[in-house]
Amino acid sequence: MNFKLKIWRQDNAQAAGKLVDYEVENISADTSFLEMLDQLNETLILRGENPISFDYDCREGICGQCCLFINGRAHGPLAHTSTCQLHMRSFRESETIYVEPFRAGPFPVKKDLKIDRKPLDEIIASGGYVSVNTGQAPEANATLIDSDTVEQAFDAASCIGCGACVAACKNGSAALFTAAKISHLFRLPQGKIEHKQRVKNMVKTMDKLGFGACSNTGACEVECPQGISISHIALMNREYFKKSP
Amino acid sequence: MYFTTDTATSPNAKIPEGDLKDKWSNFKDQARLISPGNRQKYHILVVGTGLSGASAAASLAELGYQVSTFCFQDSPRRAHSVAAQGGVNAMKNYKNDGDSIYRMFYDTLKGGDFRAREANVYRLAECSSHLIDQAVAQGVPFAREYSGYLANRSFGGVQVSRTFYARGQTGQQLLLGAYQAMMRQVHLGKIRSYTRHEMLDLVTENGLARGIIVRNMDTGAISRHAADAVVLATGGFGKIFYLSTLAMGCNGSAIWRAHKKGAWAACPSWTQIHPTCLPQAGNYQSKLTLMSESLRNDGRIWVPRNKNENRKAVEVPEEDRDYYLERKYPSYGNLAPRDIASRAAKERIDAGYGVGPLKNAVYLDFKDAISKHGKGTIVKRYGNLFNMYEKITGINAYEQPMMISPAAHFSMGGLWVDYELSTNIPGLYAIGEANFSDHGANRLGANSLLQACVDGYYILPQTLPQFLAQQGKANQPDSDSEAFFLAEQQVRSRLEGLCAINGNKTADHFHRELGKILYDKCGLSRSAKGLTAAIEAIRMLKKTFYEELKIPSVLNGINEELEKAGRVADYLEISELMCVDALSREESCGAHFREEYQTPDGEARRNDSEYSYISCWKNSGDIPVLIREPLHFEFTKPTERSYK
Repeated sequence: MNFKLKIWRQDNAQAAGKLVDYEVENISADTSFLEMLDQLNETLILRGENPISFDYDCREGICGQCCLFINGRAHGPLAHTSTCQLHMRSFRESETIYVEPFRAGPFPVKKDLKIDRKPLDEIIASGGYVSVNTGQAPEANATLIDSDTVEQAFDAASCIGCGACVAACKNGSAALFTAAKISHLFRLPQGKIEHKQRVKNMVKTMDKLGFGACSNTGACEVECPQGISISHIALMNREYFKKSP
Repeated sequence: MYFTTDTATSPNAKIPEGDLKDKWSNFKDQARLISPGNRQKYHILVVGTGLSGASAAASLAELGYQVSTFCFQDSPRRAHSVAAQGGVNAMKNYKNDGDSIYRMFYDTLKGGDFRAREANVYRLAECSSHLIDQAVAQGVPFAREYSGYLANRSFGGVQVSRTFYARGQTGQQLLLGAYQAMMRQVHLGKIRSYTRHEMLDLVTENGLARGIIVRNMDTGAISRHAADAVVLATGGFGKIFYLSTLAMGCNGSAIWRAHKKGAWAACPSWTQIHPTCLPQAGNYQSKLTLMSESLRNDGRIWVPRNKNENRKAVEVPEEDRDYYLERKYPSYGNLAPRDIASRAAKERIDAGYGVGPLKNAVYLDFKDAISKHGKGTIVKRYGNLFNMYEKITGINAYEQPMMISPAAHFSMGGLWVDYELSTNIPGLYAIGEANFSDHGANRLGANSLLQACVDGYYILPQTLPQFLAQQGKANQPDSDSEAFFLAEQQVRSRLEGLCAINGNKTADHFHRELGKILYDKCGLSRSAKGLTAAIEAIRMLKKTFYEELKIPSVLNGINEELEKAGRVADYLEISELMCVDALSREESCGAHFREEYQTPDGEARRNDSEYSYISCWKNSGDIPVLIREPLHFEFTKPTERSYK
């Protein structure tokens, strides 16, 4: 297959960026999107040009490092699929494809398509855990948890931290990311005890870092590679307002 | 001559005295401690933030030590432990199926073909039970029965159910538990986390590990970090095969840098080739995705009985299918250990029975499981794996069998460590997949998550303080010293050298070429002839690498090609040692299958009288030096490993 590409190029965080045109030819339909970019990069390197910087690591949809905004959608045209799991068979022959970084105020572009997502780590650091030191744990089967509850907790816990929810949101809100962790831990008896503090601290941190407010458009849920439901946001909001004076 | 042997040096594994089941307790009873008030005076560097690094960093910080962590990813949560799918083994005996610490120990030792230390393996089994408690307390959502009790499943090479799992994302959930524990300590100011930093050298002074040199991958800045101890938790180097189940960034550079500074490598050629991965489909493929071994609980592996089978898989009748694992290994069947299952697949593929467009795969079929348990049960057990398979291949595996093939997966070999997880350089520790310790010549499924966690949560926090207590604070590390200055200079000139070559081939080109050589000659089967040819080919490739590499000449700022080139440069050296290691071991054991040493029915033929030792490799700057650590089996009797 052949494609025309319009790719965001930006030298560094301070520089202005722009879309640059490229063409790729003879790409197999079973090539993944990132492997297509690999091939383009090999050509650029051999021509003495700077290759395109983009994030990736596991290439099997679980590490959350890849983060391309393709044809106006976080992770491209397929729902619930990370960029690395997207293949060229999902595009039309000779299609023009726009490739940009995830855009949000708290995610500055480092270079080309690479962004800084440290704020997501800061949200977790402010409360996204159970405060248990190594060695303190009681026998695992001492607390029974019904399997439906565990499955619900798992649905939330499956977040890969890619930030597609933020990129898809017109407000640049991290509500789905934050709510997923709050909901995961709230549903389990081990996480319930610290729940009040956790909600307060994580929401406060999220706001402080400059993420926008959630206005319930549901765009995040559509793009989430793990299909995490916005019902977790409702839980977060309910629990947050319960605690406000 | 590819190596020399040093018989004068005998490695001290520091195995504690006493009966097998008392050794770890005896160690802990006698270990020297540091008082709570003094712990903050000690600074420990942890390189790598996967399951072993994050769990070690969190546990050490909880105890009160100052910890700095380094990872090349943009967040500690992305380390490749995240991709482990199937589960984690632990001896709970919840199934009442005859499990015990001894049985788990024996399964693991036998699975590794009696090429690991008894004491290490026993401790792994001993500590496994509490790990499940710890993970549950952190909020890891392990699968449960309807009654609310934890569920288990089986993995290869055992006859009990001791594998705990969280759908097909067990690694992710365990890693998030450790990552969150680590971020809690970051928040408390006990851990300083450096992301997007890659370790480029180890600094030693007077035979002690004193710190590391790292490169900030965003700015290109090189910095020095001095500390009382350095812990390498940098994972495996299976990516050396280019096509592997590993993440693109996984590499062997940190342990190789340590090796060049004097740390011994142990059994580097022992690589696990995983039997259930997606087959190679084209030349520009960048990885071979793993499909969890847990699928072999319900999937049946087969190839057609006829070489020129043209029918679709679903149209091939039972009598024309060869369920070769069930045929050859009736007592373990589809749950034969990984080395055996991979070799059996290769044997069928090489004999011309492979399936798929390149005839390089075998079928993994769920037809019988679906008709027995219903599709709903299979969806619940493996839904995300079936989805992943469909996303990558476009094939619905509920309707037709998956096509799978062996691919490089796990490094049993790594840096040599003693019972305390210390390398032979005092102050340098290696944990998780980066070390060689518990898995012998073949790792059992679901034991890697276990080993990473046990090393990080339970062993290192007990053993490292012993070293710190012996050292005291008299000899403060100083990053302005001569040793740091020299190490930094060397790092800078190496990077400048790579940028200056300005040839006409990319780093990936050399990596792919190296991968082909290794997979053919030092993969599922090896021979003296193949290995010597591989060594010559690698030397040639290394020569052309330094003449023809082309990367952008950017030192200050993001330069992925420079990162890749540095890793490939190290791979070109590691690969030669892998081949030498495989050449020196004239027997077959576990994943190391030498064609010259096999039984008449094609099984591995071990040679206990001559090769019951761990091969430790010392860097002499020229020809590698082999030092042998003999293995003593006091509590078990090595037997022929049979799964028939």
